[in-house]
Amino acid sequence: MVRVNDKWDVPWHEGMTVRDVLAACGFTHRQIVVSINGQAVPPAERETHPVADEDRVQVIHIIGGG
Amino acid sequence: MEISKERLDTIRCGHKVLAEFRYEPPQVEQGYAGQTLYVNVSDNTIAARPVDDKMKRTFVGGRGFDLWLLWNAVNGGTKWDSPENEVVISAGPIGGITQYPGTGKSIAASISPLTDSVVDSNVGGYFGPLLKFSGFDAVEVQGIADRDVVVLVDGDQGLIQILEAPEESVNSHIVAEEMVALFADKPGEKQGVTSVSAGTGADHTRMGCLNFSFYDPRRGVARLKQAGRGGIGTVLRHKKVKALVVKYTGLKGDSNHPADIGRIQQTGAKMHREIYEQDSLQAEMRKDGTNHLTQIMNDYDILPVHNFRYGNHPDATRIYSPEFCKYFEYSGPDGCWYGCTMACAKFATGLELRSGPYKGQTVTVDGPEYETVAGVGASCGTFDASTVLESNFYCDTYGIDTISFSTAMAFVMECYEEGILNQERTGGLDLHFGNADALLEVLHQMARGEGFGLIVGQGIRRMKELFAREYGADPQFLQDIGMEAKGLEYSEYVTKESLAMQGGYGLANKGPQHDEAWLIFMDAVNNQIPTFEDKAEALHYFPMWRTWFGLVGLCKLPWNDVEPADNRTRYSGIDAAKVPEHVHNYVELFRGVTGRDDVESGEDLIRMSEAVYNFQRVFNLKMGFGTRQHDAIPYRSVGPVTDVEYESRAERYDGQLRELVGIDPEGMSTEEKRLALRRHREAQYEKLIDAVYERRGWNRNGIPTIEKVRALGIDYPDVLALIEQRAD
Repeated sequence: MVRVNDKWDVPWHEGMTVRDVLAACGFTHRQIVVSINGQAVPPAERETHPVADEDRVQVIHIIGGG
Repeated sequence: MEISKERLDTIRCGHKVLAEFRYEPPQVEQGYAGQTLYVNVSDNTIAARPVDDKMKRTFVGGRGFDLWLLWNAVNGGTKWDSPENEVVISAGPIGGITQYPGTGKSIAASISPLTDSVVDSNVGGYFGPLLKFSGFDAVEVQGIADRDVVVLVDGDQGLIQILEAPEESVNSHIVAEEMVALFADKPGEKQGVTSVSAGTGADHTRMGCLNFSFYDPRRGVARLKQAGRGGIGTVLRHKKVKALVVKYTGLKGDSNHPADIGRIQQTGAKMHREIYEQDSLQAEMRKDGTNHLTQIMNDYDILPVHNFRYGNHPDATRIYSPEFCKYFEYSGPDGCWYGCTMACAKFATGLELRSGPYKGQTVTVDGPEYETVAGVGASCGTFDASTVLESNFYCDTYGIDTISFSTAMAFVMECYEEGILNQERTGGLDLHFGNADALLEVLHQMARGEGFGLIVGQGIRRMKELFAREYGADPQFLQDIGMEAKGLEYSEYVTKESLAMQGGYGLANKGPQHDEAWLIFMDAVNNQIPTFEDKAEALHYFPMWRTWFGLVGLCKLPWNDVEPADNRTRYSGIDAAKVPEHVHNYVELFRGVTGRDDVESGEDLIRMSEAVYNFQRVFNLKMGFGTRQHDAIPYRSVGPVTDVEYESRAERYDGQLRELVGIDPEGMSTEEKRLALRRHREAQYEKLIDAVYERRGWNRNGIPTIEKVRALGIDYPDVLALIEQRAD
């Protein structure tokens, strides 16, 4: 299981990447900052960056709103 | 729109000077004209009143000046239609500089026909800055005229007139053009003429807005921006004012006579560069305006669908930004004040109207902003761009707030679907969600002052009372689904999954408008403020910070709708959301304009806001509100009201019962689960209120303490007396 934003658990699977986690959470916003266990993941690496079982993923949406 | 010579002659023939006041326009110094303008349309008195250092230090300008002037004009028994009620408009000391984006805001205030208490509303356009450069930091309009009037402030001539105005139009898209044609003596002066007006809808409803005009020489049109919230347009029309007009043609880059223009230019250049480099990579405000939010809100279950029942809908794609971009005419940056590189004003052209008094005409309309798209398009379920634009056009020209209109319409549509209303009660209108023609007909009825439109125009709070009394509807159900608090209709965000944003709406001084706090993503998605203390801190900092923009005449969009490229790597968590580099910019701007070297940090700006914010809370107290009971919110903004709503997100809610409430939902009926969730969520809201009150220095009833108002320098005798009377 992968813990996202200390709030959601996403079932882990072999070969899981950051992109898979974002898709599982429905995070479509294009301005986000991702880190895994406190380490930032550059946007260019999201497609391929592996996510391990029990990883803690933080996804910060950058949005100012109204 | 061209106003014919014959028409202008007719208008001029109707003019009679009821009062006249000549003055020597003072030089604006360090952002202040040093005086305010008082106009009484009952007895036709006009006066200039001095602004002293205490007023500047305590209330700063803009919303602060509005509140102070209004406080001194009204008493606790004043109603919105009392002669002593005022419409007050002010820019603020930074307002009108042209070297930084978003510096043309005006802030209007009045006693609201919707809330019966004080309300403020901010708006773009040229009025506030040109009023200041004409010699006045604010204008107060008091009294009720016995005939229609126009109030003219001619800053070029040093002349103020109250003119009898029987021939002018009322609807704003025409009256704004008439004012330009009447008072611009030559084509080059048109940009120097700006007006404030409201339309025929404001005559017949409580949700009238103010339209602030600015002349666009490229398109040859007087465009309109709205101070929408709280019914201030209704107050203006009740005073029989057709337009407040300012003429000032001497605008220069240093009209504010700032203390240090080099400091301002340096800060502005950095910000302009950031917008040019980052906006296309971030929110694309220059391309889409605020409507870029529609898709995001739909994706994240936050878009209000069918009166806030749900947060998304498959048909919402039909109101995404590209559907409106088809109507936008691009010819370069498009701001509502000089020098704004964010340029998020959007101008829709080629809209052929299919209804109403201007049916068949092809018109233009500024916008639509996200709120109008979400309200008319999603909450009312029309999901049609042309309906959104037509509603936007008519709301504007009729002087009706698009937010209150669409939220009130969504409420009656749900009442219709629930059988509380029927065609007999609506005058034959089928008000199922999505009936665009019926929605537009209600809007036209508001302007004509007839039919069911008159009822909707009273706002949700009064409709709830009416429907319970006349139609036997369940008052609790109406309370649960009626999206209003303090009497003001909600703006367009679903807050069920964000406790902090529930507080952002419920605790807002004027009622549920998002300009005090917008914490949904920070809270519900990013989970950056998980504890009550975290949420309370956010509900202290952000409302105070956002208040500051209204004190000085700034738009808040350039603060956080674009960020420095390294903002999220240099800062984290709630600190990043504050955008520290931009906060520093604002300190520089304030010092650069006012010369106040005692202002050194963002905390100094927060302290300014805190004084005004607490003063407004006490102002609510003065008007008979401003305590805990008035911070209550409808349950629809907290959680699912009906079983159908619960079942639509059953997995989410069942999970929360297990994880947050400690209840196993297995074997429970939907109603039992819904009520269990409700008990939990309502208790959470009360705990949140306790935490926020404590953080803000208020007692458990939501009243600022004596110590607090003393520390903030707003310990005026009548303030202290009010608090002592109500302390418990």
